[in-house]
Amino acid sequence: MAKKSLKHQNITNVALVHVVLVFLSAIFLIPLLWMISTSLKTDVQALAFPPVWVPNPPQPGNYKQAWEYGMEQLAGQAPMLIYARNSILIAILTVTGTVVSNAIVAYSFARLRWPGRDIAFAITLATMMVPFPVIMVPLFGLFKDFGWVGSFRPLWIPAWFAGAFNIFLLRQFYRTIPFELSEAAKIDGCSEWAIFQQVILPLAKPALAVVALFSFMGTWNDFLGPLLYLQDQKTFTLAVGIQAFRSQAGGAPIHLQMAASTMMVAPIIILFFFAQKQFIQGIATSGLKG
Amino acid sequence: MSKTKVTNQTKAGLLFAAPWFIGFSVFLLYPLLKSLYNSFTEYTILTPPVWIGLENYSDLLKDELFWKSLGNSFYYALIAIPLGTFVAIGLALLLNQKVKGQAFYRTFFFLPSLVPVVPLAILWLWLFNGESGIINAIVEPIFHVKPNWLGDVKLAKNIMIVMSTWGVGNAMVIYLAGLQQVPVALYEAADLDGASPALKTWRITLPMLSPVIMFNVVMSIIGSFQVFAQPYIMFPGGAPERTTYFFSVYIYDTAFRDNRMGYASAMGWIMFLIILVLTYVAIKYMDKRVHYEAN
Repeated sequence: MAKKSLKHQNITNVALVHVVLVFLSAIFLIPLLWMISTSLKTDVQALAFPPVWVPNPPQPGNYKQAWEYGMEQLAGQAPMLIYARNSILIAILTVTGTVVSNAIVAYSFARLRWPGRDIAFAITLATMMVPFPVIMVPLFGLFKDFGWVGSFRPLWIPAWFAGAFNIFLLRQFYRTIPFELSEAAKIDGCSEWAIFQQVILPLAKPALAVVALFSFMGTWNDFLGPLLYLQDQKTFTLAVGIQAFRSQAGGAPIHLQMAASTMMVAPIIILFFFAQKQFIQGIATSGLKG
Repeated sequence: MSKTKVTNQTKAGLLFAAPWFIGFSVFLLYPLLKSLYNSFTEYTILTPPVWIGLENYSDLLKDELFWKSLGNSFYYALIAIPLGTFVAIGLALLLNQKVKGQAFYRTFFFLPSLVPVVPLAILWLWLFNGESGIINAIVEPIFHVKPNWLGDVKLAKNIMIVMSTWGVGNAMVIYLAGLQQVPVALYEAADLDGASPALKTWRITLPMLSPVIMFNVVMSIIGSFQVFAQPYIMFPGGAPERTTYFFSVYIYDTAFRDNRMGYASAMGWIMFLIILVLTYVAIKYMDKRVHYEAN
């Protein structure tokens, strides 16, 4: 009898937890669904109050309109196509640079001994505390002297010189690879470069995927960088392009703003569903190994 | 023999780390020192800096907008960080109960944190739109008012906090992973002693999670003072009445709109010092309370 009531209590508990979870899920998901719903409405429906919850009938043509919005100023080229192309190009250059440079540098901190290494690593970690606004002005001056302002170079070239967060992340991972593997390769006469390339890199692929993922998210997201360095509309990324699309010349209507926003969010969500494991594990390790 | 091996490894070590040495010196150390120097000068990007000593710093003390924007950033950090931590841990605890469909719920809570900042800002402007926003569609039938959220001096700033709480998915994933590392044996022992779930959470789960909490709070402090894109996009000029004018936006405007690079650098250094002090205080304060596993 006692056992039965205990079981009964468990069932109500579980049901209660589910009710709470469903309610919370709704809070977290409704803004996203609202974005998609608005993106498929006519301008009249989008502004109706009380709101029309489901677009009726849906207007997929909004996406084409948003894609081509403001085409006249760009000699007939779809602005969103230009922004997307720029974002993708910068992302490819940044992600490649981030993965290559951090993979190499982290190897030095994780698996090679040299005098001053631990101090250098401590300083590296400390650099994570430097806020961007403090170096923003001299960095801008530096890139201006290099003649880089107005081009993509300030946005991707620094990525080729590694960074504290990724060095830290990869170092944690490299150290879990048995040192006997390196020793064995050394006895076979492998150089450090060969050990790095042939022993460590193949094993580090999951960690490198995480670094690539985070760095892609970072550039796709970046607003301040493009805002600082890109002035010509033809060089805009999606982030600054969509902001301009919203705020300039009276601004695009709300249903097109939502269509443009959805187009910028979609690649990230799709990427997440393909690489869910890397996302979750990557975030977990980056936050746990402190 | 062993000596040449050591020097070889040193050589390799320095070579492998070389990209970072260059990146660190050129893109970090140099700008950091340069901005320290600039902060003691009057400097527009077109003319060379002129040394004026501590004038920028003494001017800042008298600058109302400096205090206002700094206050806004502190307000944001002091509410958004505890609230975000609380919500993230709460969600993680809920999900950690071995409920069916855990992976689905986790995905739902996590998705908002994936939204890039520009669409995020545009979407939240729309949600809180006073005329046809979805928030007022819920508020109006219940309370019979349609607040002008974005234009209200009391409300606008808080929208930024709600928005940041919506994106706690990232932190939640970290806490959830942390929870799953707590040894089951500890709970089993507590069960034998007849401990209630609340007591187990308070005496086992949270202490075991405390190093993770500390790390995340420190990272949030560093991040929250740099929040730029959201206020810049959502509230141009810090409208209404500068209540949403954040410190990083003021630095940006001073440097790139007013062309006062020296003054902006002084503010940048103040931000850096605030982050250093807060990080130090957070670590000192929490270190006593953090439970480290002996290993």
